[in-house]
Amino acid sequence: MTMIPVVTTVALAMIALAFLLALVRVVRGPSIADRALGADVALSGAVAAIAILTLSAGSEEFVDLVLIATLLGFLATVALSVLVGRRGS
Amino acid sequence: MNAVGALDIVGAVLLLLGAALVLLAGIGLLRFPDVLTRASSGSKATGLGLTLVIVGVALVLATPRALVVLGLAALAQLVTAPVAGHVIARAAYRSGAPLWEGTHTDELAAHYATHPDEDA
Repeated sequence: MTMIPVVTTVALAMIALAFLLALVRVVRGPSIADRALGADVALSGAVAAIAILTLSAGSEEFVDLVLIATLLGFLATVALSVLVGRRGS
Repeated sequence: MNAVGALDIVGAVLLLLGAALVLLAGIGLLRFPDVLTRASSGSKATGLGLTLVIVGVALVLATPRALVVLGLAALAQLVTAPVAGHVIARAAYRSGAPLWEGTHTDELAAHYATHPDEDA
């Protein structure tokens, strides 16, 4: 029981760092595809954070959010790459 | 009691592995030289890393509802993330994104005979 809070804190810290790195890629570009990739990784970091926060929140309601966010993330990524294909980099 | 403790430990290990993979992919996203290598790194994070985190959380929670919904989420993520990565990489290549100067073979170059950006 005492192990889980430590594990969630460490994992959240790693994911927060990954989120920031992905945001740096979104800002820097240079192409639209790079920004789409950065947004994709940032979104999966956010979903992972939601999943981990379910453990410390003590309520299971966030679990549905994880499922919906994964599917929405796929849709968003595919839509963005259609845009990249149309407009060029 | 013993089985629950073992489930907690396995879940925690998977969770840490997934988080570490997401972090590594974030570093790769920042440091790799061109779009295709970054897409390779990014789809590791979204595919394997996030799936490991979700499975780890499901094992620690270990309630029927969490197992079903998170299992579904993990399966969906495992199936869709590689597709998303390939779609982005293909769109980037077709839009004429520059390749890394150390690129060894470009098998698609022959396929798109008209490559630089006319027929998009």
